[in-house]
Amino acid sequence: MTLTRRDLLRNGAAGAAGLVVAFHVSSGGRVAAAQPAPAAPALPPANAFLRIGADDSVTVLLAHSEMGQGSWTGLAMMVAEELDCDWAKVRSEHAPAAPVYAHPVFGVQMTGGSSATWSEFDRYRTVGAMAKDMLIRAAAARWKVSPASCRAANGVVTSGKNELSYGKLAEAAMKLPPPKTVKLKDPKEWKLIGTPVRRIDTPEKITGKAQFGIDVQFPGLRVAVVARPPAFGAKLGKFDATAALKVPGVEQVVQTANGVAVVAKHFWAAKLGRDALRVDWTPPEGGGIDTAKQMAEFHAKARTLGDVVVDKGKVDAGLAGAKTKLVSEYEFPYLAHAPMEPLNCAVKIDGDRCEIWTGTQFQTVDQLVASKILGTTPDKVTIHTMFLGGGFGRRANPTSDFVSEAVIVAKAAGVPVKVVWTREDDMRGGYYRPAYVHRIQAGLDDKGRPVAWDHVVVGQSIVAGTPFEGMMMKHGIDPTSVEGLAESPYLESTGAIRVSLHSPRTAIPVLWWRSVGNTHTSFAMESMIDEAAHASGQDPLAYRMALLKEKPRHAAALALAADKAGWGTPPPAGHARGLAVHESFGSIVAHVAEVSVDQGRIRVHAVTSAVDCGLAVNPLSVEAQVQGSVAYGLSAALYGKLTLAGGQVQESNFHDYPVVRMFDMPKVTVHIIKSGAKMGGIGEPATAPIAPAVANAVFALTKQRLRSLPLKLA
Amino acid sequence: MKLDINGTVREVDAPPEMPLLWVIRDLLGFTGTKFGCGMAQCGACTVHLDGQPVRACVTPVSTVGARKVRTIEGLSPDGSHPVQRAWAEADVVQCGYCQSGQIMTTVALLEQKPDPSDGDIDAALSGNICRCGTYVRIREAVHLAARLSRGGAK
Repeated sequence: MTLTRRDLLRNGAAGAAGLVVAFHVSSGGRVAAAQPAPAAPALPPANAFLRIGADDSVTVLLAHSEMGQGSWTGLAMMVAEELDCDWAKVRSEHAPAAPVYAHPVFGVQMTGGSSATWSEFDRYRTVGAMAKDMLIRAAAARWKVSPASCRAANGVVTSGKNELSYGKLAEAAMKLPPPKTVKLKDPKEWKLIGTPVRRIDTPEKITGKAQFGIDVQFPGLRVAVVARPPAFGAKLGKFDATAALKVPGVEQVVQTANGVAVVAKHFWAAKLGRDALRVDWTPPEGGGIDTAKQMAEFHAKARTLGDVVVDKGKVDAGLAGAKTKLVSEYEFPYLAHAPMEPLNCAVKIDGDRCEIWTGTQFQTVDQLVASKILGTTPDKVTIHTMFLGGGFGRRANPTSDFVSEAVIVAKAAGVPVKVVWTREDDMRGGYYRPAYVHRIQAGLDDKGRPVAWDHVVVGQSIVAGTPFEGMMMKHGIDPTSVEGLAESPYLESTGAIRVSLHSPRTAIPVLWWRSVGNTHTSFAMESMIDEAAHASGQDPLAYRMALLKEKPRHAAALALAADKAGWGTPPPAGHARGLAVHESFGSIVAHVAEVSVDQGRIRVHAVTSAVDCGLAVNPLSVEAQVQGSVAYGLSAALYGKLTLAGGQVQESNFHDYPVVRMFDMPKVTVHIIKSGAKMGGIGEPATAPIAPAVANAVFALTKQRLRSLPLKLA
Repeated sequence: MKLDINGTVREVDAPPEMPLLWVIRDLLGFTGTKFGCGMAQCGACTVHLDGQPVRACVTPVSTVGARKVRTIEGLSPDGSHPVQRAWAEADVVQCGYCQSGQIMTTVALLEQKPDPSDGDIDAALSGNICRCGTYVRIREAVHLAARLSRGGAK
C-alpha cells in the first residue's frame, strides 16, 4: 500500500498551518525548507490540547509520541509554565490521530527530526496561557469582579478574599470564548522552563504499569506471528498450513501481501504455528544482494563523479597544486534500529471503522494507509498511540509496514488481531540505515589547511520511492544523504569544493535511523579532518579551532568539551583522547572520548560532551538524551553491522548483532552551553559525533586509522 | 498446573514447554515483564524464582514447580521499593521498556550484595540491554538503591 504525495496533502495538514515540508532540517535554517506558509492561523484550540478536571488534575494531550525522548514531560512543562498550575497534578496522554495534532512545521502528525521541543514551544505555551486567561475570566464572572483584579498561581485563582481552584472553574472556563491573543511570559518569569524537572512517566514505567503496544490485551483479541520473505526481493509462492493448524491454540492461517500469518490464542501458539508452516519462496531476481559484492561496487562508484551537490572553485586544479594530497575511503554497513520492543500492532475492524493500538511515530500516515486498505476514510480509523519501546526512526515508516500488515491480517482473519514480531523478524525485516561509502580527496596547503576538497558519497536514498520524494528531493539529490558535509563548517574557507552523490536503488528497504545521514557524514568529515591535522603535524584541537574561526558555536562547544576533558594534560597510562564536533537538527555537539585497547578490544572509558541546543527546556532531559545518544552511537561504532548474503540478512538477534551493554558504557559527562541561539533538537544530535571521536582516539593511541564502521583493530 | 505468582497461587492451563514469559503475559495478564529477544540475550523478561533472577523467555513453565515467581508487579504496589525509589530519584527511565528487567536484576543483586562495586554492577547488569542507553543513570540508581536499602526504609 503506497501513499502518494497527494494523499498527504489532502489529509495531512488541514487545520494546521497547511504546509507540508521536508522532515529534514538543514543547518541553513528550517524556514528555508518550508513551502510558503499561508497566513498564520488563529490560536490553537486549547480544548484539544488540555483538560482540567474537577479534581484539579491537568491533562496535557500530546501531539508527539513518547518513545523515551521525554516529550511526555517537556510538552507538559510548556503548558504548565503558562497555566501556573500545580505541577504535581499534571499528567500527559497521547492525543488521538486527528488533523489538529499535525506537526506545526512538518504538517503531518508525527514524531521525529528531533523537533518536538522547538516546534511545539509556542503552541503548547500558548495553550497554557489561553487556558489561564479563560480560568481567570470564569472566576471574574463568578465573583462579579474585573479579570484584572484576579491572580492565578499554583492552580488557584484569587481576587481579594475570593479563591477557587482551577478544577472548580474548569467547566465554566471551557464554555467561554477563547481569547484572540495572549501574552506569553517573559523568560525571566519562568519557573519550570529551563530547570531540571524529573520525568512524569516514571511511576508507571518503574512498576510495569506503562502500556506499550505489545501489552494491549482485550477479550477476543488474537495474536498473530507472520512468515515474511527470508530474503529481500523474495516472493511468496505456495504454502501448506496443515501442520501449523494442528498446533494447539492456533485458529487460522491467512495470507498477507507477501507473507503468511498464523493467528492464535496467544503469542507462543502463534510462533509455534509459524515455525510449523511450510512456505515456498521464489528467490530474489539476480540472486539478491551480497554485502562484499555491493561494497566493491560502491567503492568503484566512489571513483566516479555522481550527481553534483556542491561545485565551487577549481577542485581538480586545486588538488593537483596542493602541497599535500590525502585520499581516504570510509565504509558504513546497514544497521538495524533494534528498539527493545519488537514491532507490533493490534487492529480491531468494525464495519467501516477500525481501531489501531500501536507505538507509532507516524499517525497521519498510518491512518491514511489503514483507510486505503479498508476502503474507508481516515477519520474512521482511530489510532491509540501506546508508549513506544524505542523508536529511533523505525516506527516512522512512510509505508506504515507494521501497521498495514496488521490491518491486512485482521481484515483477512475477521477477528481483532495483534501482530507481534519476534526479535529475529524485527532484525531481518528491513528498513535499515543504508550502507554507504565515502571517498574524499583533500588537498592541503603548506599550513595543512584544506584548499581543495573532492567528496563522493555512495549509498541508497531513504526518501526515493516514498511519498516524500517530491517534497524532499531536488535534482535527484536526497538532502539526508549529504547532510552535515555539504555545509561542513571546516570547509568555510576552502576555495574549491566538490560534493557528488550516487544513490543506487536496491531491494533493501531503508529508513531514517537516529540522526539519519549524519551517522555517516559526521564520521567521514571528522575522520578526514583528523587525518589532515595529523598529516600536517598539528594538534587535532588546535587544527580544528583554526578552521572554525568563523563558526563561534562550533568552536565554543569544542573548546568546552576539550577543556572539561583535560585536553592537553596527559591521559591515564595506556589511554588516549579523540574529539569530534558536529551540527545536526539545529544543535551542536562536541565529544571528547577517552579510550584504551584491552586485548585487541577498544574500550571507551569516558566521554565528555558539550552541547549547544539553544534554550535547554529541561536540562535533565538534555543530559539523558546526550548520554543515550552516546550509547546508541557507540553501539554502531563498536558493533553494529548487518551482512547480506543472497539478499538475506545473516544476523538475527543480540548475540550476533551486539549492542552496548553496561560493561561497555563509558562515564558520560554533559555540559550544556547557555546559549541564546535558536532552539535546536536534542534526541539525535549527540549520536553521530561519538564514532569519529572514538576512532580519532584510537588513532592517537595506536596510529591505526580505522575507516570502516564498526571499528576493528588490525 | 499451579503457579505461585506474586504471592497468589494461580491455576494455569499451558503446554509444559511454554516459556514462563508468555504464561505470565498472555495467560495471566501481567504485562510488566517484557519480551525483547526470546533467547536470554537482553534481560527484558527478568523475573525472580525464589529470589533468583531468571530469564522467563527461556524458562519452560513446567520447570518452575513450587518455586515462587515474582514479577515487577509483585515488587510493590506503588513504586515504593527502594530500587524503584532510586530509579525515580535518578530519573533513569527513557522509553521504559527494559526497565522492569533492569529493576528485577538490581533487586536480586542487592539481595546478594548490599553494597555492590561498579564491577559487581557490570557483572550483574550486563545481561540487561537498554537501547535508549540509560546505563549511566542505572549505575547511579543502583548505588543509590543500595544506600536507601541500608537506610532500613522499605
